[in-house]
Amino acid sequence: MRNAFIRALEAAARSDPRVVLLTGDLGFKIFDPFAAEFPGRFINVGVAEANLIGVAAGLALGGMRPFAYSIAPFATLRCLEQIRNDVCYHNLPVTIIGVGGGYSYGHNGPTHHALEDIAVMRVLPNMIVVCPGDPVETELAVAAAAIHGKPLYLRIGRAGDARVHESAPEFRIGEAITVREGRDCTLVSTGGILPVAVAAAARLSEARISCRVVNMHTVKPLDDGALRRSFEETGALFTAEEHSRIGGLGSAIAEWAVANDRPGPRHSFGADDCFASLSGSQAYLRERAGLTAEHMAATIAAKLGRRAAC
Amino acid sequence: MIADVSTLEGCARKVRADVLRMAHAGKAPHVGSALSCTDLLVALYWRVLRIDPVHPENPQRDRLILSKGHASTAQYAALAERGFFAKSVLEEYARDGGRLGEHAGPHCVPGIEAATGSLGHGLAIGAGLALAAKLQSAPYRTFVILSDGECYEGSVWEAALFARPALLDNLVAVVDFNGWSAMACTFETLHPLADKWRSFGWAVQEIDGHNFDQIVAALESTPYEEYCPSLIVAHTVKGKGVSFMERDLEWHYRPPSDDDLVRALREIGA
Repeated sequence: MRNAFIRALEAAARSDPRVVLLTGDLGFKIFDPFAAEFPGRFINVGVAEANLIGVAAGLALGGMRPFAYSIAPFATLRCLEQIRNDVCYHNLPVTIIGVGGGYSYGHNGPTHHALEDIAVMRVLPNMIVVCPGDPVETELAVAAAAIHGKPLYLRIGRAGDARVHESAPEFRIGEAITVREGRDCTLVSTGGILPVAVAAAARLSEARISCRVVNMHTVKPLDDGALRRSFEETGALFTAEEHSRIGGLGSAIAEWAVANDRPGPRHSFGADDCFASLSGSQAYLRERAGLTAEHMAATIAAKLGRRAAC
Repeated sequence: MIADVSTLEGCARKVRADVLRMAHAGKAPHVGSALSCTDLLVALYWRVLRIDPVHPENPQRDRLILSKGHASTAQYAALAERGFFAKSVLEEYARDGGRLGEHAGPHCVPGIEAATGSLGHGLAIGAGLALAAKLQSAPYRTFVILSDGECYEGSVWEAALFARPALLDNLVAVVDFNGWSAMACTFETLHPLADKWRSFGWAVQEIDGHNFDQIVAALESTPYEEYCPSLIVAHTVKGKGVSFMERDLEWHYRPPSDDDLVRALREIGA
């Protein structure tokens, strides 16, 4: 997703001279073409995330459209008050790019894992939270963010994220994408776990369970219509995210259910409330968190009373 | 029309009187902090800033960010006296449903460029504005007023470290060095403050922050060095202008009583 992000940002910068890219000293070499094509509009502020966001806010006050880039936990937590006060309170068109959603930085350890970022960004007034599901969506999300004009947190993966969409889908911030149709249940996914959710639905299909997959790439604001339709047409909702089960997509949909007098998700797939105690690759850590197609399919089947089938 | 020193002194008396009246009416704290930076704000709003109260959103206007947002009464009063909005609006300070909070909200009234209140935010925002001006080849300058206690915030130094390599000679920071943070004397712990900024690549002047000749001279001669951001260490007195408030940390917290207000206004000569 990282390469998709920078390609799309180069395109956005070509069409809008207000687009500037700031980094907190991360993104070795990948920004070289941007810096060469747009001199002065690539700024490495150094290892200083508070300043990264404060400067981005000032640039936005001055009429620019800054994109501030760092590894997801650094881009969201180290500078949380700057995001809250400088960006969100002023309702400024700053896009914060968190690279490495979930366990993308596997062996780098919990300091680099992003399992709280959606929760923390989601609670901020005025903030929009977008977690593309694959590189295709990432490109579309960057293009949308560049013209959106509001505070926006864009949580992307790292490298090697599987492609889900064969062609570019219609992408609008706040509008979920139905990736796979289904009648018996809906698996609502956000972020880079989307290919796993799609694979889970495929496994369920083999067991004759028709599982819809809705990619809720925008966690805030949620797509109210897509959730209503999924409840009405498929009955049971499940959620999947590479994020703590506290505060992320599952929580957001549970809050939505309370506000709309509906039953909540039957199960939320996500990380336990703990730091990874062992070093591991993204695949390993996903498996330990139950974020595999096998585990999701088996759990959904069991919840639907079809234990034997899957 | 260029405001001379006696004009500035007259404006400062009015602003100080407004500060005291607002703190009294709103039963609000931070009077000492507002009085220490009043002369700096008056010099900026009446003499230095290229601004027009009738066109507060002019894209080419100079920007001023009061990073020590708890001194908002001095900024509100200065903006009202300068004609950005009606003086009656000052009555809304710290009132239920009023526009003027103890810390200014974003664009709560014309002339407020940025909401502050949590310390250590204004300089990075100011650096971003100064950078935007550079990218757009715009002529405006950005001024940021910080408190001395604020210089304990790491984010101040992140921004300080950023400004010189970014060649922000259109950025001017003023430290209102009144010697007191919320609980402690800062003279020893921050000393030598000017050298700290110099070591970060800023060009620095130290002035008496209540002497208008010095304030104006320092603010009007920026940038002091080519490509360098400018820093003014303004030595000030917390509670300046009211003898029983000067250098007394009590007035970081205590709103003036009815008697306090009468005595204070008499001293100010308003």
